[in-house]
Amino acid sequence: MRIPCPYCGERDIHEFAYLGDATVSRPDPARNDAVQAFYEYVYLRDNPAGSFQELWYHAAGCHSWLVVTRDTRTHAIFGARLASREAS
Amino acid sequence: MQYSAFSLLKNALTGHRHWQPAWRDSEPRSQYDVVIVGGGGHGLATAYYLAKVHGVKNIAVLEKSYIGSGNVGRNTTIVRSNYLLPGNIPFYEWSMKLWEGLEQDLNYNAMVSQRGVLNLIHSDTQRDAYARRANAMRLHGVDSVLLDKDEVRKMVPFLNYENARFPIQGGMLQPRGGTVRHDAVAWGYARAGDQRGVDIIQNCEVTGFRISNGKMMGVETTRGYIGAGKVGLAVAGNTSRVATIAGLRLPIESHVLQAFVSEGIKPLIPNVITFGAGHFYISQSDKGGLVFGGDIDGYNSYAQRGNLPTLEDVCEGGMALMPMIGRIRLLRQWGGIMDMSMDGSPIIDKTPIDGLYLNAGWCYGGFKATPASGWCFAHLIARDSPHEFAAAYRMDRFRTGHMIDEKGQGAQPNLH
Amino acid sequence: MAAQSQPARLQSGGLIDRARPLEFQFDGRKMTGYAGDTLASALVANGVTLTGRSFKYHRPRGVLTAGSEEPNALVELRGGSRREPNTKATTVELFAGLEARSQNRWPSLTFDALSVNSLFAPLLVAGFYYKTFMWPAAFWEKLYEPLIRKAAGLGRASGLPDPDTYEKAFAFCDVLVIGGGPTGLMAALTACRAGARVILCDEDFGFGGRLLSETFEIAGISGASWVGETVAELAESANVTLMRRTTVFGVYDTGTYGALERVGDHLPTHVPHQPRQRLWKIVAKRAVLAAGAIERPIVFGGNDRPGAVMAAAVRSYVNRYAAVPGRRIAVFTNNDDGWKTVADCAAAGIPVEAVIDPRANLPEGLRNLADRAGATLFAGGRVLDAYGVSSGLQAIDVETAGGSIVTLNADCLAMSGGWNPALALTTHLGSRPVWRPDIHAFVASAPPPGLEVAGAANGSLALAACLAEGAAEGAKAAEAAGFSASMPAIPAVGADPTGMMPLWKVERSRTKAFVDFQNDVTAKDIAISESEGYRSVEHLKRYTALGMATDQGKTANVNALAIMAALTGKSIPETGVTTFRPPYTPVAIAAFAGHHRGKHFRPTRLTPSHLWAAEQGAPFVETGQWLRAQWYPRPGETDWLVSVSREVNATRSGVGVCDVSTLGKIDIMGADAGAFLDRVYINTFSTLAIGKVRYGVMLREDGIVMDDGTTARLADHHYYMSTTTVNAAKVMQHLEFCHQVLWPELDVQLASATEQWAQFAIAGPNARDTLRGLIDPEFDISNEALPYMGATTLTICGGLPARLFRISFSGELAYEIAVPAGYGDGLIRAIMSVGAPFGVTPYGTEALGVMRIEKGHAAGNELNGTITAADLGLGRMMSTKKDYIGRVMAERPGLADPERPRLVGFKPVDRAQRLRAGAHFLPLGAKAVAANDEGFMTSVAFSPSLNHWIGLGYLKNGASRLGERVRAHDPVRGLEFEVEICDPIFIDPKGERLRV
Repeated sequence: MRIPCPYCGERDIHEFAYLGDATVSRPDPARNDAVQAFYEYVYLRDNPAGSFQELWYHAAGCHSWLVVTRDTRTHAIFGARLASREAS
Repeated sequence: MQYSAFSLLKNALTGHRHWQPAWRDSEPRSQYDVVIVGGGGHGLATAYYLAKVHGVKNIAVLEKSYIGSGNVGRNTTIVRSNYLLPGNIPFYEWSMKLWEGLEQDLNYNAMVSQRGVLNLIHSDTQRDAYARRANAMRLHGVDSVLLDKDEVRKMVPFLNYENARFPIQGGMLQPRGGTVRHDAVAWGYARAGDQRGVDIIQNCEVTGFRISNGKMMGVETTRGYIGAGKVGLAVAGNTSRVATIAGLRLPIESHVLQAFVSEGIKPLIPNVITFGAGHFYISQSDKGGLVFGGDIDGYNSYAQRGNLPTLEDVCEGGMALMPMIGRIRLLRQWGGIMDMSMDGSPIIDKTPIDGLYLNAGWCYGGFKATPASGWCFAHLIARDSPHEFAAAYRMDRFRTGHMIDEKGQGAQPNLH
Repeated sequence: MAAQSQPARLQSGGLIDRARPLEFQFDGRKMTGYAGDTLASALVANGVTLTGRSFKYHRPRGVLTAGSEEPNALVELRGGSRREPNTKATTVELFAGLEARSQNRWPSLTFDALSVNSLFAPLLVAGFYYKTFMWPAAFWEKLYEPLIRKAAGLGRASGLPDPDTYEKAFAFCDVLVIGGGPTGLMAALTACRAGARVILCDEDFGFGGRLLSETFEIAGISGASWVGETVAELAESANVTLMRRTTVFGVYDTGTYGALERVGDHLPTHVPHQPRQRLWKIVAKRAVLAAGAIERPIVFGGNDRPGAVMAAAVRSYVNRYAAVPGRRIAVFTNNDDGWKTVADCAAAGIPVEAVIDPRANLPEGLRNLADRAGATLFAGGRVLDAYGVSSGLQAIDVETAGGSIVTLNADCLAMSGGWNPALALTTHLGSRPVWRPDIHAFVASAPPPGLEVAGAANGSLALAACLAEGAAEGAKAAEAAGFSASMPAIPAVGADPTGMMPLWKVERSRTKAFVDFQNDVTAKDIAISESEGYRSVEHLKRYTALGMATDQGKTANVNALAIMAALTGKSIPETGVTTFRPPYTPVAIAAFAGHHRGKHFRPTRLTPSHLWAAEQGAPFVETGQWLRAQWYPRPGETDWLVSVSREVNATRSGVGVCDVSTLGKIDIMGADAGAFLDRVYINTFSTLAIGKVRYGVMLREDGIVMDDGTTARLADHHYYMSTTTVNAAKVMQHLEFCHQVLWPELDVQLASATEQWAQFAIAGPNARDTLRGLIDPEFDISNEALPYMGATTLTICGGLPARLFRISFSGELAYEIAVPAGYGDGLIRAIMSVGAPFGVTPYGTEALGVMRIEKGHAAGNELNGTITAADLGLGRMMSTKKDYIGRVMAERPGLADPERPRLVGFKPVDRAQRLRAGAHFLPLGAKAVAANDEGFMTSVAFSPSLNHWIGLGYLKNGASRLGERVRAHDPVRGLEFEVEICDPIFIDPKGERLRV
């Protein structure tokens, strides 16, 4: 598998480390149901079969965190964006 | 038909024309007491024990493909109960005890071979951790032995002792661990369940659940609606997909674990050897193939196949540990989809839907768990309360902070 | 003379080099072949028909094919540590001095004791082992299984380390062409002319594919000549890489192809500085699969006899190798292609006894061909059974169209049941082939993205179609890769009829009819499998072992499907499909490992003082990828504990020095650096004064301790974090995650500095005096100027920039001094020099460990990924005034439970007793059962300061049980004794020594 790093170009997967679902976001710790919200954030996953947005870290490259869109059934990769751009 | 040397001989003399199907290819009926979704090892074992231990009469096992098409036929066949944590040890030890009597119970030779499972130790820290584990096993009445370097060398002289990046300092052995012929487990449970009246329905995929006022009524399938007051899910690899149909979101991700087999060779490796520092484990099948594996591929996957980097990684571990396998050729690589749970341990529990039961999250420990999983899941379904050996496998443990995290990796499934 | 020694070699012809005879041995018999032979063709030329014994019944077997699909002719190649079991003789390029042995026979190939298994054959049918060997249960491991294991397997591994080397490499191209036959050559040529970077791979040692084995003419010249011209043009093109002896074995994601290049397997001896094999990962924009097709056998009685050979393989042996597989040949074919064997044998002067073709109405041309060859034609006939002795076929029973049975003498039966496109690679990513009823074969349906199939691999068997499709797909691939391609002229070829009538299995055969030759699966086994309900193709494979042997059923699977389909009354595509898993042909495990073996398995990281430490004779220990000095033995010290205790005492009473460069080091800069740290640590860092250091603990988001360490504030916007050695990379990744994913709005920059700084701990009452010898005079490091937990930047040794931290892991007055890594070796030597008057003593990881246990500091053994800050006794550090990673989840009842095991210290009640980590704690007098398990010992050390063993561990309610006694229970070491629970800080609990 090869991931198109926005900085480094398309690179072999062994350069990257995986984290997982990029669609969950860290809840506001001040909210009333923070424990429930964090429980869901930390543990519960949609785990879709199909298009999936996921976090990869270019560990042996530019150290960017990427949001990669990939089909979990075929491993077809539809693109990769910098996670920092995504979040800001 | 009872299998025996005599029945084999009798059939041989009559040209093998009288063998009966090992199980009936059942047509679905409109209503069952219990429907088990998933005709893998766990589902078939559950149905068998529901019938045998709990006397449940009307049971169907629904399988979307052919029985045993999932992980029960895709693993590296290892059985062991060398766990660390009190939530796990009694369960896996019960599984081991069931393995030890399985063939006579099922009248099916699954080739349970207790050849010993050896975990290698490479540092003082690792020895301390294995001592803790081995002592924990002893406290639960499980066999465990701590070996020094010389004892390991005597047992497996062919490892790399002289020029290793991670020199071998010792090992932990579970003598009763070993291997089991994986497919035979599914077939043996299917045949024994069938003889107790379980309907095994292949090519029958569940497409929906009929739920009324929070209570399970039955399942929609590709072969029509099937009513059942109790439905048990044992669909490892597809758990999230099926649970989503029932409106559940789970602490599970799907990942691929690969396995590899070499060409068949004459006996070379006597037992199961685990090289944790090199992410490699190996045994030799009765047919002669070296069966080996390592880590999961490491990213969410529903593709029942592996990739090249993990294969390279595993072979590197193999060559680092036993350079004598270098010229032996890899014959096949394949993959199974694991339910990777968020703490590396399984879930056997009720769900918020009355009558829907969940058996999931086995990570890559599902095969060895098959008998106990079936036993405990059957108990839960029949009695509506968890079996004592599976009492820790509750879904709410993540909410309450009672994770069973053998590896201490936290909520990152790809690291378990 | 050489020809005389090769009784079955034709006097002329073939693509062998008769000027280069090669001596070789098979089962100790010396023979001669020629350069250009395979081992199989050389054996055929020498009249060897029996090459091995089958897996289960030990039936005699000979060469079946001429390619990598060979199920029978497997040998042990070479000797000693280079022995290769299960090597296909059909793929071994002959070399001088080659030694091979037959397999799975004892005591000899011609007399094999286990051939008695044939007598028990009625018992050894599909699934027999599932039905018996169950009584008594204990006999399985002791008796039955060892017998089965001994009988199973084919070849013997050497059992010795593989002495050869292997390489791994990446290659990149626009168009990868897999297979160098007519299709592949046309594809490569077309893409090459378009300017694309082309890689052309073929598993054979010569390009040409079937053109080397057939008598085709192309554009008026021989097929082999056309191959020569085409390959010459490709070889001259700078944009083409030709890779012979290279098997593309797997298709992986995003256009990555695995390929194995056999660099030295065809050479008699290992070539220095060359690997035996090279594993290529070829990244291709587009690929053309032109892997040809594989001929399928026909299932009839005795079809496994030595002498029953695939019809196209017979042509390979005759045309390419000038070797004759028999003196009286019969041809059994259901298709036009098989008739080429009749024509070619006749042309080579080999008597063709008979042609048996199940098609009753044969075209005139074929009837005439049989006449010209002098063969008896059985149109509408079938071969029922083949008979013979272990050395080979002697006769066949033919059922005529009229139903009568005729026995014919023949020593070679060329059979052809049609062709299966070699589509294995198209299924590697999960695509399933479709059945094409017009050609009675499976073809690829949806090949992997970027890959197209052409020629025979695509079901287009005729030569003209192969050439045309190859060119078209080559052009398409080049276009898709961004080049402008034009179709070349397709060379003219003669007619190549491909008519066939399916015939999978001959009914009324009386003897065993084999489907999977290598795993001894017969038509009867498929029937048993069917009657027992193992009907899905996967059940069939798993129950009978069909297709599971080293050939992965290349010659077996489709026949088996067809037979199962007939039994169940379903069509072949309804019954199942044939899919394959990588690798296409088996690949040596060592090739996947490359040079990652022995010491090179994983990188080795050396500390800045490594060279110096080695000079001191220090033993090293692997901590992760690092090698660290364990202790520094002095002359006369034979016991490690003596050395370690000396180092501890010297440090506690004088001064010691230890290389701590392996700790992770991260520079954190930016206006929000302090706020950022507040969010990743449980305690507060934004309030830390410049020039100060603080100990910090960070949690995972699930509330469990991830790592600990100290962080210094070097400037308003600059912090310098240290992590544990093992977690250095993990923490860096975590911080980048927090920064980039969680809080990109914060003004923070992170840089790993682990490798940039060499860092040494200088500890002990004389630490400051020692340091003073290094520090440039303008800097004041007095207790007032740089108190405990102070940090500063300064210069040493006359201008070398350094960072100095007054922190202590040992519990003594201590500093850590960091200099640019390149100066590390110089610094340790300088410290030893300036410290000499104070008795400076280097200490290793063992003494470091002793001192940290004496001080009750948690380390790797304690931070095991299931521990909370409260478990460590650090609950009060958890700020309640701010949010931080892990705060919310740490509040869950399971983690906040006050009853959780707590880190405490332990002393043996009998002070002479040695403690052991891994022991569990039981209440005194309680039974040794799990219910009484109260915790476990994590770390132990002999404390030279206290003169007895001490330990750290987790104990239920530990903090409130100081002074109590429990039992340390260590049954795996046979130990059991009482220990006293104490505070985890054994030395200087008030920390007075730190502050002097």
